Amino acid sequence: MTEPILSVRNLQVEFASRRGTLRAIDGVSFDIAKGEVLGVVGESGAGKSVTGLAVIGLIDPPGRIAGGEIRLAGQRIDNLPPEQMRRIRGKRIGMIFQDPLTSLNPLYRVGDQIVETIRTHLNLSETAARRRAIDLLAEVGIPAPEKRIDGYPHEFSGGMRQRVVIALAICAEPELIIADEPTTALDVSVQAQIISLIKRLGRDHGTAVMLVTHDMGVIAETSDRVAVMYAGRVAEIGPVQDVVRNPLHPYAKGLMGAIPTLAGDDKRLQQIPGSMPRLSAIPRGCSFNPRCASAFDRCRVERPEPLPRGAQSVACHLYDDVPAESAA
Amino acid sequence: MLAFTLRRAVQAIGVMFAVGIIAFSMFRFAGDPVNQIVSIDTSAAEREVVRKSLGLDDPVPVQFVRYFADAAQFKFGVSYQFRQPVSTLLMERMPATLELAICATVFAMVFGILMGVYSALRRDTLLAKLFQAVSLVGISLPTFLIGILLIYLFAVTLGWLPSFGRGEVVKLGWWSTGLLTLSGLKALIMPSITLGLFQMTLIMRLVRAEMLEVLRTDYIRFARARGLTTRAIHFGHALKNTLIPVITVAGLQFGSVIAFSIITETVFQWPGMGLLFVQAVQNVDIPIMAAYLLMVSLIFVTINLVVDILYTVVDPRLRATVGRAT
Repeated sequence: MTEPILSVRNLQVEFASRRGTLRAIDGVSFDIAKGEVLGVVGESGAGKSVTGLAVIGLIDPPGRIAGGEIRLAGQRIDNLPPEQMRRIRGKRIGMIFQDPLTSLNPLYRVGDQIVETIRTHLNLSETAARRRAIDLLAEVGIPAPEKRIDGYPHEFSGGMRQRVVIALAICAEPELIIADEPTTALDVSVQAQIISLIKRLGRDHGTAVMLVTHDMGVIAETSDRVAVMYAGRVAEIGPVQDVVRNPLHPYAKGLMGAIPTLAGDDKRLQQIPGSMPRLSAIPRGCSFNPRCASAFDRCRVERPEPLPRGAQSVACHLYDDVPAESAA
Repeated sequence: MLAFTLRRAVQAIGVMFAVGIIAFSMFRFAGDPVNQIVSIDTSAAEREVVRKSLGLDDPVPVQFVRYFADAAQFKFGVSYQFRQPVSTLLMERMPATLELAICATVFAMVFGILMGVYSALRRDTLLAKLFQAVSLVGISLPTFLIGILLIYLFAVTLGWLPSFGRGEVVKLGWWSTGLLTLSGLKALIMPSITLGLFQMTLIMRLVRAEMLEVLRTDYIRFARARGLTTRAIHFGHALKNTLIPVITVAGLQFGSVIAFSIITETVFQWPGMGLLFVQAVQNVDIPIMAAYLLMVSLIFVTINLVVDILYTVVDPRLRATVGRAT
């Protein structure tokens, strides 16, 4: 495998609070290759969005990256000075946020916002940037872009605004796009359009995509690989078919069991009992152990480290004893 | 847009009509004006002549219609005290008040916005905390006290600035201005600060609060994710959104600046409408009081109208809803 576009190693993010330091991300590692779509799933508060924000360098105080490293195409970016990191944002890493209704500045025409972003990163004249903005709007599927470019955000529907947001995220041809729940605020029919748009753009431009969502359906449809996060850690990561069809981690199994199928069996959906621990009360050992049906003594004491198993990698003591096939 | 403006204008005329009724009723309820004009030993026959010449013997509705028709042409009768047309008196005094009010507002806007933006962006610096403390003082100290303190410091102790009056004024047509002479400008400084200080602290606190609010919004976060420069984010995206409520407040406050100038004008013996009004109150000069009431409400109503229209110019969303509603 060639060098991955994004490589995150043992990332730790902490938030200082009045009652001590909370560790929101604790030892997360993953890679995204060129043109690959990595889906990141998990419950609310599992650390999906914080991971995305850490990669693009937008963790605001009191939060901070406490350890580990993030590399973009081999270059370490987690410790860059703010001004250099700003140049990377928007230029080499684009980001799409959840709510298109509030992502655009209501007082500026969408064209002005796109032109502003283009001219921040690329050395283009006003007219050239405007031409490029029209092309971008056309590429993300906005009809009559030469007219719509002079519209204000409130004149666009939710789905159209998310297309504008995507145009803004890709306007400097980034190597990586972080999409933080890009479809959650949209209705279902629009969701499918946005997902196929992101997928197509990733394919056409060879852009790597980190797709953060809690919607397994979106992941299954879009991603090449998937990372399942739980309480600030990666529980399992692997190719999407393997993880969906043959999840290893008990939590991943629970997640997959909670997806309704159209295959007509009228069993009740499986639930995972309990809820995710608060950051201030992460249990000792494996953070999933209080909710895990197969937990044993070791799970309550020792924290499992991610170990490769086939194409997947899983952090669970159930698989410690079995020698991993791929470990040579 | 035109329909919206027209509708607002009709509302404004309604307000002015109501104020006109109040102004007129002052003539009826503030005692017999004839007593104010004539001396104590005037005979009853002479009093009747004066009463007739002022039209005070006509039925009330007739007097009201006449008063209103005159007021609409800026004829407010004759001052009992000065024996001059009130409109002439007001016109003489208006430039002084307007210049003072405009200078005070400009002072308040410029310093209020600068200090507000600074204390929002550099929240934890010493200077920002100092601004906050100063703003508390500005909000809680009464205007006349600030004026007197300034006079004591800069006019009495240091002798830098004049303690009263407008200094030399230059006539531009009917408008007299103090902006073109050095002594006129020096005379403007302290009254402007006194009058504008309250608005300045108000604007500063408003800008700070709004700016902090705006900096937390999603579109600012997205602007940062797009890699825009900090300057473009703070002064392009955040400030413009911050200024919308500030325009409203500052605009509406301009009316109260003019109304509050009564106190400042009294402290600094500023020859404006406010001082004229205070003298009129002391002498029960009802035509001046009524005319002042009408003038101030006209200014208020006009400002409201302008702010409403300005608002739609700045905020494209309002333009759309206004267009749809009409």
